[in-house]
Amino acid sequence: MDEAIRAEVVEVTGHGGDRIQAYFAAPLESGSRPGMVVIHHMPGLDRQTKETVRRFAAQGYFAISPNLYWREAPGADPDDAAAAARARGGVPDERLVGDVAGAADFLRGRPSASGKVGVIGYCSGGRQAVLAACHLPLQAAVDCYGAFVVGEPPEGFPIAIRNLKDQLPDLVCPLLGLFGEEDQHPSPAETKELDALLSSHGKEHEFTTYPGAGHAFFAVDRPSYRPEAAVDGWGRIFAFLGRTLEG
Amino acid sequence: MCTYLTKHLEMDGSGKGAAGWIRVTAASVYFDHPAHAPADHTLNVDLLNPDLGPTARVALELEPRSARQLAEAILELLSADPAAPAA
Repeated sequence: MDEAIRAEVVEVTGHGGDRIQAYFAAPLESGSRPGMVVIHHMPGLDRQTKETVRRFAAQGYFAISPNLYWREAPGADPDDAAAAARARGGVPDERLVGDVAGAADFLRGRPSASGKVGVIGYCSGGRQAVLAACHLPLQAAVDCYGAFVVGEPPEGFPIAIRNLKDQLPDLVCPLLGLFGEEDQHPSPAETKELDALLSSHGKEHEFTTYPGAGHAFFAVDRPSYRPEAAVDGWGRIFAFLGRTLEG
Repeated sequence: MCTYLTKHLEMDGSGKGAAGWIRVTAASVYFDHPAHAPADHTLNVDLLNPDLGPTARVALELEPRSARQLAEAILELLSADPAAPAA
């Protein structure tokens, strides 16, 4: 594999039939390819999210990140789009599921797609990755420190989300969870609770909690970056996807 | 962590952003990840005019200490000036 890729902006059909923009990257080398949907974090479809999309493509995946804020802010800078989405109360769960479905369909529609698609999300996207995997025909899900998969959002929460406890019985695929021991959202107690809940539902999952790491330890452009946790985490992600998407 | 916690306010004033001066009609105030400041969390203020679109925004990302100093300075000045209405 020579890691040569092509990256571009595309349109996909998201929730409610809306056409939304997405960032898509694909290996140039021919061959059957699984797909990965990358769910961006609260700050939007930013440079680091695009870097993550390209990383998956360089590893041999069709990869895509739908712009979840396209409706509020078509063509705007990611930070302006994030501010506009926040001002309007964030992304409703139903819309998120529809947009991920559209992105996954786009990947399955590539001429040499294998048909297997996984989802990964960071921060708010971690919860949304689990949410998507409870509603869509996906083959793998990766939750990187997503808050409120379990646990209760605080009172007066401006974004209309709730935890996913009642949806976990519907989880359709194996889940990889990567968390920081010093994180408070999700806290180690919450990820332990999630671990126990998934076990009680008989859902295949693999969790790692890194000591010395807090929230957003994968974020190379933030002070929260923890190289040891991030390097090990990337290794676990590709090992997990190798088992679930490439088998 | 993502706190998500956000205060939404109606505003009446003006601000200067990327596109020059705009009328400011709304604000979001939240303690969460910054887009630019070199910190895990900052006190963020978006001064907005939603009618003009998402780029009509004046944005601040302040270290908590700076945010408190700013807030206290604003309240102190408003309290000291008899021309400023109390509310």
